Amino acid sequence: MSTVPTAVPTRRDIAPASESSGILAILHEWVVTVDHKRLGIMYVVTGLFFLVIGGVEATLIRVQLAWSGLTIVPADTFNRLFTLHGTTMVFLFGIPLVFGFGNYLVPLMIGARDLAFPRLNALGFWLLLFGGLLLYFSFIGGDGLYGAGSAPAVGWFAYAPLTERAFTPGNATDYWNLSILVTGFGTIATAINLIATIATMRAPGMTLGRMPIYVWIMLTVSGMTILILPPLSAAQIMLLLDRFLGAHYFDTQAGGSAIIWQHFFWFFGHPEVYILMVPGFGFASEIIPVFSRKVIFGYATLVAATVGIGAVSMSVWAHHMFTVGMGGMLDSFFAASSMLVGVPTGVKIFNWLATLYGGKLRFRTPLLFCCAFLFQFLCAGLTGIMLAVAPFDWQLTDSYFVVAHFHFVLLGGLLFTIFAAIYYWFPKVTGRMLSERLGRWHFWLLVVGFNVTFVTMHFPGVLGMPRRIYTYPADRGWDVLNLVTTLGVPLQAVAVLIFVVNVVYSLRHGDVAGDNPWEAWTLEWATPSPPPAYNFATVPAVTSRRPLWDVQHPDDPDGPHE
Amino acid sequence: MNSAGFRGRAGMIGFLVAEASLFAVFVVAYLFYMGKSLTGPSPKEVLELPILGTVCLLSSSVSVALGTRALAGGRIARAGWWLFVTVVLGLAFLRGTAAEWHRLIVERGLTIGTNLFGSTFYPLVGLHASHVIVGLIMLSLCVAFAWSGALKTVHAERVELVSWYWHFVDGVWVVVFTVVYVVGR
Repeated sequence: MSTVPTAVPTRRDIAPASESSGILAILHEWVVTVDHKRLGIMYVVTGLFFLVIGGVEATLIRVQLAWSGLTIVPADTFNRLFTLHGTTMVFLFGIPLVFGFGNYLVPLMIGARDLAFPRLNALGFWLLLFGGLLLYFSFIGGDGLYGAGSAPAVGWFAYAPLTERAFTPGNATDYWNLSILVTGFGTIATAINLIATIATMRAPGMTLGRMPIYVWIMLTVSGMTILILPPLSAAQIMLLLDRFLGAHYFDTQAGGSAIIWQHFFWFFGHPEVYILMVPGFGFASEIIPVFSRKVIFGYATLVAATVGIGAVSMSVWAHHMFTVGMGGMLDSFFAASSMLVGVPTGVKIFNWLATLYGGKLRFRTPLLFCCAFLFQFLCAGLTGIMLAVAPFDWQLTDSYFVVAHFHFVLLGGLLFTIFAAIYYWFPKVTGRMLSERLGRWHFWLLVVGFNVTFVTMHFPGVLGMPRRIYTYPADRGWDVLNLVTTLGVPLQAVAVLIFVVNVVYSLRHGDVAGDNPWEAWTLEWATPSPPPAYNFATVPAVTSRRPLWDVQHPDDPDGPHE
Repeated sequence: MNSAGFRGRAGMIGFLVAEASLFAVFVVAYLFYMGKSLTGPSPKEVLELPILGTVCLLSSSVSVALGTRALAGGRIARAGWWLFVTVVLGLAFLRGTAAEWHRLIVERGLTIGTNLFGSTFYPLVGLHASHVIVGLIMLSLCVAFAWSGALKTVHAERVELVSWYWHFVDGVWVVVFTVVYVVGR
């Protein structure tokens, strides 16, 4: 399938080679590119860059909380740190990784040559990048720098009326508002692009029922994105109107509501968690079968569960608001709907377990990360069901138990599958394998560090430690638990450092990967590594869910078994 | 239809869904704050039914449909005229909105900062009007291209997508009209 193209190179194609090939030329090539693979790589690199920044912020937070009465980070700086940490990790790490992988993989997996609208794709990426830079520009822009920066300090969900001009004067909150508005427009554009691509550009024979699970998941996630991100944009526009034109959307003095922002935000915010998390399910659903040497168990149920999660996720948002006082009726509804999410999610866990069961397991780094994901995500789901019980939530809302819960979801679930995906697809993207030995060090340090930090973090929460406090008195009995929590941080930092070393080293010295190093079955492995700009010399025809299996085993194709 | 046509349609549908979601929140906010203003003026005191503008806007949906049909049939000049009629009808609608806002702001003293009604009314109606403006810019370009001879039958699909957007803007107006001028008055 990977023959050399016979197309005559145009002047445009050969132009860069004849020009100077200095760093400026390379930079120029990347800046003007509309290739989905390059944009995907830029998304992922941007996301990882912001992961490091957000990680540094988290480290400062943990250092300050390591023992009672510390004064390493002043109170107002602490507020800025947790605001930027949350905002960065959700909008500038999670989203770029989700849509970066989607960008890179979806066209390859469905046998297309690019996304439906390549230039719109580039626009989406640059909006996101500059939105992110705008957020961090708050340190030096506006009225910043004089007083050690004016970064926003309103929390990542920026509750109004706290964000009204009366309570947060200056420009810091506007930086939060505008930067997230801008990244949001970029994300919406990319989501529309992915939907159009999946809907109209699948290779011949690639019916909906034969799409890889990951493509199904990106379709669901993109659909959710265009339904829930515009409401956030709308709420942010309202906040802009309040702050700059004197409207009263969130102004309680003029009769405005103090909680409607919460509804608007969480109508976005909770499905957003699934937008981040569900692609992780997609990675697991692609990786686990390949390393078990089996087809995915229960393809149809997995797809149905995906769409089910997407649908239910839009009716659970107010479980973030049990302590607002919505009344028993609404509390019960949102408690029930939140628990309902556990059903399709549980279906998926069994799908993966049944795929592993009886498989010829190959414990390479991608599968290691997926196994840790299974355990940790299950724990995260169980604490999630605990928190869905409204009376339980009344006790523990805004405590470190909640913080531990969602870090278990987003790190234990998302981050681990992202690393699995990077180890799995790095050979395809670069043509080189990542070092297995460094990969194991990375994995074990991260597992141990993560669990030391976040298992321990549940306990001060149960003992009553609220989130977002910058210090606490010595007599609460939280000191040792917080110290242990903080001690997990260096382990995770070293793990990420090893990962960076692994990437840099393997780019030059890694083993040459070949087209299909994992003997996988989806279409991206039919291209050379790295794939050429046009992806497929001839658009492949698909006859089953595992096109490469059919090519390798013409005597026993998959089709009749599906 | 070629695959580029399918792509354009899928993209436009996705875009319109996102737009609908954006408008929905402004509509919800309007409904939520209906009757909760602490001071006057109230919608009942100052709003008048924009019948003429509504008729213009809704009939422009018909003219844009006739225009795209003419273009697909190769009758370019006729398409240009129908699209021109659409632009004129859209401008008439905008003129109505401008007159309404002028009256509200200058005569009745209702601004975005006056009360919750003003705070929710101007953004909702203004968001819709800004969409009308964007649509008019696209339609005017189509007219200009038709009259300059640049518009060909092969572009029918693209003009069709512009007309989808225009129909959507019309549909939103039906909702806004119902919520603001019928239910909210």
